[in-house]
Amino acid sequence: MKKKIFKNNMITYALIIAFYIVMQVMITTGSISSLLQGLLVPLCMYAIAAVSLNLVVGFSGELSLGHAGFMCIGAYASAIFSRVTEDSLPDLPRFLIAILIGALVAGVFGFLIGIPVLRLRGDYLAIVTLAFGEIIKNLFNVLSLGKDNEGLHVSFNDAAVMELGEGGEKIVDGALGITGTPRDSSFTIGIILLLLTVFIVVNLVNSRTGRAITAIRDNRIAAESIGLNVTKYKLMAFTISTTLAGVAGVLYAHNLSSLTVKLFNYNTSILILVFVVLGGIGNVRGSIIAAIVLTALPELLRGMANYRMLIYALLLIVMMLFNWAPAAIHFRERIKSKFSKKQEVV
Amino acid sequence: MGFLSYLINGISLGSVYAIIALGYTMVYGIAKMLNFAHGDVIMIGAYVVLTAITGGINPLVAVLISMVVCTVLGMTIEKVAYKPLRNAASPLAVLITAIGISYLLQNIALIVFGAAPKSFPDFIKVPALKLAGGELVISGVAMVTIGACVVIVVALTFFVNRTKQGRAMKAVSEDKGAAQLMGINVNATISLTFAIGSALAAIAGVLLCAAYPSVTPYTGAMPGIKAFTAAVFGGIGSIPGAMIGGILLGVIEIFGKAYISSQVADAIVFSVLIIVLLVKPTGLFGKNIQEKV
Amino acid sequence: MKMLEVKNLCISFGGLHAVDRFDLSIDKGQLYGLIGPNGAGKTTVFNLLTGVYKPDEGIVKLEGKDITGLKTTEINKAGVARTFQNIRLFKEMTVLDNVKAALHRSYRYQTLTGILRLPAYYKQEKAMDEKALELLEVFDLAGESEVLAGNMPYGKQRKLEIVRALATNPKLLLLDEPAAGMNPQETGELMETIRFVRDNFEVTILLIEHDMKLVSGICEELTVLNFGEELTHGKTTEVLNNPEVIKAYLGE
Repeated sequence: MKKKIFKNNMITYALIIAFYIVMQVMITTGSISSLLQGLLVPLCMYAIAAVSLNLVVGFSGELSLGHAGFMCIGAYASAIFSRVTEDSLPDLPRFLIAILIGALVAGVFGFLIGIPVLRLRGDYLAIVTLAFGEIIKNLFNVLSLGKDNEGLHVSFNDAAVMELGEGGEKIVDGALGITGTPRDSSFTIGIILLLLTVFIVVNLVNSRTGRAITAIRDNRIAAESIGLNVTKYKLMAFTISTTLAGVAGVLYAHNLSSLTVKLFNYNTSILILVFVVLGGIGNVRGSIIAAIVLTALPELLRGMANYRMLIYALLLIVMMLFNWAPAAIHFRERIKSKFSKKQEVV
Repeated sequence: MGFLSYLINGISLGSVYAIIALGYTMVYGIAKMLNFAHGDVIMIGAYVVLTAITGGINPLVAVLISMVVCTVLGMTIEKVAYKPLRNAASPLAVLITAIGISYLLQNIALIVFGAAPKSFPDFIKVPALKLAGGELVISGVAMVTIGACVVIVVALTFFVNRTKQGRAMKAVSEDKGAAQLMGINVNATISLTFAIGSALAAIAGVLLCAAYPSVTPYTGAMPGIKAFTAAVFGGIGSIPGAMIGGILLGVIEIFGKAYISSQVADAIVFSVLIIVLLVKPTGLFGKNIQEKV
Repeated sequence: MKMLEVKNLCISFGGLHAVDRFDLSIDKGQLYGLIGPNGAGKTTVFNLLTGVYKPDEGIVKLEGKDITGLKTTEINKAGVARTFQNIRLFKEMTVLDNVKAALHRSYRYQTLTGILRLPAYYKQEKAMDEKALELLEVFDLAGESEVLAGNMPYGKQRKLEIVRALATNPKLLLLDEPAAGMNPQETGELMETIRFVRDNFEVTILLIEHDMKLVSGICEELTVLNFGEELTHGKTTEVLNNPEVIKAYLGE
């Protein structure tokens, strides 16, 4: 089993690296459309988001519908940092610190949201994370932030009236968001962060902590009976997941020079959930493949735009029924046993 | 007077939330699932009324048609998508499926009716009530909405406590297995619950679109989520809880818009949810449910 | 000092006294049985002892230490482990991982150590593997260590639950109908194993069982529960010959 897991993880890493090499070759030979080239960083972002959400949905067995909200926090926190320190720090260390800040702030919010909610049972995490995503979108939509010689100024006023003194400059401008963020993200950095995310998630899952997390998912009461602290491990999985969502946000924020909350809505949270479900709940490699294929395909097949979400919705329903309905599972097992019997006869 | 008229607006909006929340709370109480598609049934209901009235059908008949359509829709969704997953190993399965249904309904509406908002006819011809020498005006729609909410809550309470089917619902929500042993048809009872919830959603759709006269494919999504918040606020599974939770939430939202900021009103509403769960996770009227070991 | 001392334990659910004024006293190293007709409240007693339910009244002492009202997790840390009547394994995990999850407290390393795969990770994981296999060997399950727990036959699942409970290194082990669903031969083997566990793991055992062959074969003392109250307690042979007990089982 251990060897199998190791082999499995190596295949995942190898696939990501192979994908990177193929894309790089295509870029250097010029055989890639500019549309696809522009998608490379978002692809990494969605893959990171999907892998991190899978930690909560697949391994912790909780449903989070606010993943985009945590990405939003990571994006804003890091973009603000980059804008403020743009003139005072060299590019690479600034971006590395920005990644850490985005991750940290998203993680702290995940922790704070997790404390009250993860004590509760049932579907509360789903609804609270959904609510949280909306709150974040709402607040960032009216956030204004500027700096002048006196320091930073923050306002949550509708009209975003902000009087900045000498040397004043607006960094965040309400619904218009942040403009002029340095474009530090690149495909290479995206792939490195994706590899790092996969590394963290698969190593966590196959460790003492990961066993506790999956044990709690499989049977909470039994997990308590062997002395596992349920809230602690649920909180840990959730916090790590939101931290990584923050990293995805950082990548996005530094890809284009302008950033608004528009992308980080409920639909994006659902989209990431679709990646996780279609890639296989608890299957890290599946999440990545689903994220890449489902992001790239519809963009390349533009004519389908209207039917894209409709098809996703249908896929989601059919996949759930096929994979989880007891009747469907029973049916599959019958087919399987018939098949294997036939083989024995031959 | 500003305060009073905001209060009445809040109660009116809250009444719509309450009617939606009743659907959530009944389904949650009995099927133990969060029916994410409930809000989108509202949207379908509104489009049906709109189409019927545009086609020249009498508004009252249109509302009845819409109720029938939503009831059938709700029961079909339950039968096709939720029932097969009732005994699934993971509780996430049915929840994710419900999200899929929600998305499906939105995107069907998007393809059929388009993304542009359609204006909703003003067919509730009840004159506004002018009080205090015309300084306080209560719109006809508000009165009809609040009235409808009260009637529905009273009727539903009577139904659940006094009729055979209603008591069967209570029994199923307490213990499915035991109810089955007592000769209650569990499948039929769950189906009936979805039927009632969906019929209420149709009414809520009409009232919502009468107050805010336009429909889009996403009309139901946000009120649906807020109504679920209201149901949690009042204590999930409780009928009076859904009503009081809904009204309180409506009032908080309108006051938030009026006195704080219209752009963060939703944030305020959702913060209420988080605070309630922090302080009293079972909601105002909720019961503590213990898991069987 | 008594291993377990329970005084005046009470809990009611909606007016029904599920367990009423229940007393229990078990010596260190004893093999003690809790019997009674269906619905007598035996599993409820286990749930009270392990903190799944909080008692309305009463005291539970483990080696003189008051553990009343503690959380399940804390009670396990204090030294009480259990199995469940309706099996509660970690079904999607392997047999080995089920046991390793229970070794959680005895073999430690930081989460970050695990993520970074530092040397301590390999060292502790190896030690855990060895310990888990050693425990599985006792119950003849070592050969199936890589099977998913949910895919094992029923009787083996029951055994695995016992291994998992033992892995937390308890002083007191509560077994809820360990022989349910087993054939007479399997039950016979199980009796041997339970005795072996008691003798070799220095653990006191309290078990709920309907199989009278098992009860009379291995339990030294019994308490009989009927309608949530104690009917009688004492040496196994005396209790089983008590006319009141026979009446409670066979009905009027």
